[in-house]
Amino acid sequence: MAECHPVGFQWVMAAKERGARVIHVDPRFTRTSAVANTYVPIRAGSDIAFMGGIVKYILDNELDFREYVLAYTNAATIVSDDFCDTEDLDGLFSGYDPELGVYDPTTWQYEGHEAAVEPRDPAMERETAMPMQHESHGPGVSARVRRDETLQHPRCVYQLLKRHFSRYTPEMVEKVCGVPRERFLDVARAWTENSGRERTTALVYAVGWTQHTTGAQTIRTGAIIQLLLGNVGRPGGGVMALRGHASIQGSTDIPTLFNLLPGYLPMPNAVLHPTYSDWVTSICHPEQKGFWYKAPAYCASLLKAYWGDKATPDNDFCYGYMPRLTGDHGIYKQVLDMIDGKIKGYFLMGQNPAVGSMNGRAQRLGMGNLDWLVVRDLFEIESATFWKNSVEVETGEIVPEECPTEVFFMPAASHVEKEGTFTQTQRLLQWREKALDPPGDARSDLWFFFHLGRIIREKLAGSPLRRDRPILDLAWNYPTHGPHEEPSAEAVLREINGYAVDTGLTLRTFGQLRDDGSTVCGAWIYCGVFADGVNQANRRRPGKEQTWVAPEWGWAWPSNRRILYNRASADPEGRPWSERKAYLWWDETKGCWDGYDDPDFEKTKPPTYRPGPEAEGTEAIAGDDPFIMQGDGKGWLYAPSGLLDGPLPTHYEPPESPVRNPLYGQQANPVRKVYDRPENITHPSPPEPHTDVFPYVFTIARLTEHHTAGGMSRYVEHLAELQPEMFFEVSPELAAERGLTHLDFGHVVTARGAVEGKVLVTDRLTPLRVGNRAVHQIWLPYHWGPGGWSKGDSANDLFTMVLDPNVLIQEGKAGTCDVRPGRRPHGKELVDYLNEYRRRAGNLEYHQTPIITTDAVHESHRRGRPDDGS
Amino acid sequence: MGVRTWIEGWPVYRQLTGTDPLGRGLAAMSPRSAELRPRTETADSMARSVCPYCAVGCGQRVYVKDGRVTQIEGDPDSPINRGRLCPKGAASKNLVTSKFRQTRVRYRRPYSTEWEDLDLDTAMDMIADRVIAARAARWEDVDDSGRPLNRTLGFSGLGGATLDNEENYLIKKLFTALGAIQIENQARI
Repeated sequence: MAECHPVGFQWVMAAKERGARVIHVDPRFTRTSAVANTYVPIRAGSDIAFMGGIVKYILDNELDFREYVLAYTNAATIVSDDFCDTEDLDGLFSGYDPELGVYDPTTWQYEGHEAAVEPRDPAMERETAMPMQHESHGPGVSARVRRDETLQHPRCVYQLLKRHFSRYTPEMVEKVCGVPRERFLDVARAWTENSGRERTTALVYAVGWTQHTTGAQTIRTGAIIQLLLGNVGRPGGGVMALRGHASIQGSTDIPTLFNLLPGYLPMPNAVLHPTYSDWVTSICHPEQKGFWYKAPAYCASLLKAYWGDKATPDNDFCYGYMPRLTGDHGIYKQVLDMIDGKIKGYFLMGQNPAVGSMNGRAQRLGMGNLDWLVVRDLFEIESATFWKNSVEVETGEIVPEECPTEVFFMPAASHVEKEGTFTQTQRLLQWREKALDPPGDARSDLWFFFHLGRIIREKLAGSPLRRDRPILDLAWNYPTHGPHEEPSAEAVLREINGYAVDTGLTLRTFGQLRDDGSTVCGAWIYCGVFADGVNQANRRRPGKEQTWVAPEWGWAWPSNRRILYNRASADPEGRPWSERKAYLWWDETKGCWDGYDDPDFEKTKPPTYRPGPEAEGTEAIAGDDPFIMQGDGKGWLYAPSGLLDGPLPTHYEPPESPVRNPLYGQQANPVRKVYDRPENITHPSPPEPHTDVFPYVFTIARLTEHHTAGGMSRYVEHLAELQPEMFFEVSPELAAERGLTHLDFGHVVTARGAVEGKVLVTDRLTPLRVGNRAVHQIWLPYHWGPGGWSKGDSANDLFTMVLDPNVLIQEGKAGTCDVRPGRRPHGKELVDYLNEYRRRAGNLEYHQTPIITTDAVHESHRRGRPDDGS
Repeated sequence: MGVRTWIEGWPVYRQLTGTDPLGRGLAAMSPRSAELRPRTETADSMARSVCPYCAVGCGQRVYVKDGRVTQIEGDPDSPINRGRLCPKGAASKNLVTSKFRQTRVRYRRPYSTEWEDLDLDTAMDMIADRVIAARAARWEDVDDSGRPLNRTLGFSGLGGATLDNEENYLIKKLFTALGAIQIENQARI
């Protein structure tokens, strides 16, 4: 955090000054470790084992915050008798289909609801990263469940959790993670002792957690700990994602992503959502609690924002215009389709995949086989110049005179040359004022896409084709200003906020949205950002003149709430758990919730409220159900649906690992998404042979002085000067083993590529004892490429594309490699060099990764359906 | 120059007799440095902005003089950063004024080894034509079972995490209306 989010880290230091203990767990000693009270080195990709050990420690010692856990989580809920755990099936859950490589989740459901599972297609759900559509809410689950408040029932979630993590002992943590048991127990004690009524512990992570084939489950393990300890919805608690771009949260909320629409509404699927009613019903789950119940209003208002007057209740708001998904259309699939010549054109908007994406060679070969490419950026980044200065030009795999791609470099306006909102990592929208006009041909992306749409509409005007109706009927009339006819960003934000069709007045909250076509709203979760016709994201009341929550700086979704699920900061009766941690409370005299923040709860619903037996949606949320987006109103220790790789997190080895999984016969995530092709080779891992060719673990991260793929830092003199060249770090022990000399050149090799840099021999890395062997880890920064002031090899060239099944994010933090002294071969010799490695590792060109490595797969499959099982 | 002025012009005298005994402030100033004013004072205008790098969201003040950005500082009012910026945020003036900044459209013909100049309007028109053609080339009305698809797989887009919400909104809206489902950004990495 000190490296990549240094200014955010000032608050950690402020907490430390006030007595907080800071613990840093990371494969490499960083600037965060340097100021932490405790630093724990860990093997990359073993976080679930580490935190699974903490879950076990909490449960074995009954250190959970019992009152919170009973009232606010699903600990007491009884799960189906048909469920089989990884304890029973050697690392698999019940329901694995070896042909499709996915689970049937029927047996994972709460008791009595097995039959209620909607018709599902888990293979399709993986292809379309469907769990991601539930990012801000809970997937379908019934509001009415059977519970055992004593937590003694053998199939209640609490007992299942206990059994599931029973083998995650301190000894096992040591064996898997390379963390000595005393150090592990020190962390476990600190975390539990600092949680409860009077104290909370915050858990902070970045992409070191997400970029794994088990990324979603790693974060879930953190969430389980925080729920057990009562650290969710309370000040100083939570699970904080530190995201890496100025508006990466915004571009997920209002997504430029294939499977989502604004506000986490799903893109329609051809098979699952042929009609408007199918689409809407799949989101609102009529049988469950919570605010997704009102999805018909969010959906209708979005389609009204898209097609304006043309969208009416009679034509299902032009739902027939919506394009449909049929499977994986994610970026990695796209790259392979580019290599295969299936994609003709490609827009890049402030992203540099030639350096920033996994398997850089595949990225560049794909871009080299397009009809056309449009690059919008401040600088001539490598993705704009791959045809003349990439490694493949050097090896002869891309020959400029034979490369068909027509490239348009369109200069972009910088952040000070346009106005608009970024959404930062805590869901806070902040408006930027424009300081000056962009230079030359530089334009905002608002300008580019508005005018591109305008020109396309002009060219297609009068077309008789049915397929052109959606673009011609599109509501695309934004006011423009200035000599370049810049569209009004405020007008767009106003549409995102939403307004009433009849009066044109902006709406204050998503509660005002209607499903009858009388409201327009481009992103329901952002409704309120333009409340009362005022740009709330532009509020700048100085922090010093406000409470510590600073509610009048910018605007946070939803409804300017700064801590989500903050109802949990009060006890079931509505009183703060302690004076020290008071945040929200029920004020009996005023008849409403009061506190430092906007309640993430219906403001006048008392703690004593109990729904009637027929209640649905928001009415079904009891006065003590803080998790208002979950179908049962509870925080989920166990996820009966919504995750494709299991209801509980399980340690699997990364898809490339030097060691056999010490916990189960199942080696790696059995549901991970693989693309085995000659351009995307995965190394063998145990139990396969030839694992000695790539014997070391490598991981990558950022430097303070550079940003992501370097597009905003290697072209900036000051930053390039601060970190002027590519290097990588190895431990003194590994340096001795491989003959590497400090500050000499060395190179790291995988079956995908070789990357050279200066060797930094440092005890910031330390060999870890994993099982009965030493595991060496190599660390590389990934900022470099052949452009800018400071040039160097790209570390992402080393990775293969293997994805988490839930959200289709790649394993980008743990792989296997070799390391050698000296520079890598250049030109055609590099191709021969890599081919020799591939040959030695077992002729990898057509290597197919074995997905299942346990015989229990048949039992898992047999027990996947209640009628087939015992 | 009188004797008094001459003596007072001597920094050691000022250091010994003035309010700056350590000679690190007023006493050490030459007439030139005494007259210097911070660029934040002499700017024509100031815009309140947000740092474009990571997602912490530090407030920035952007100072402009004579049509150029002359200084970018942390916004002391911001409850997030309280005026502070990290090395990247502090270099963001250098980001927007970098001499590597490309401000003209560049065009690379198929099979060419060099960039060429291209007029912005012409480029926009050419891109629109190419979108229409790529869209048509891989348009899909229905699937094998006759279910509607209304989509094209002919072109795709990547990027968004460095852009504004308003920009992402228009991009997704335009792509969806064109039937272009292949759109991704940094959130997938």
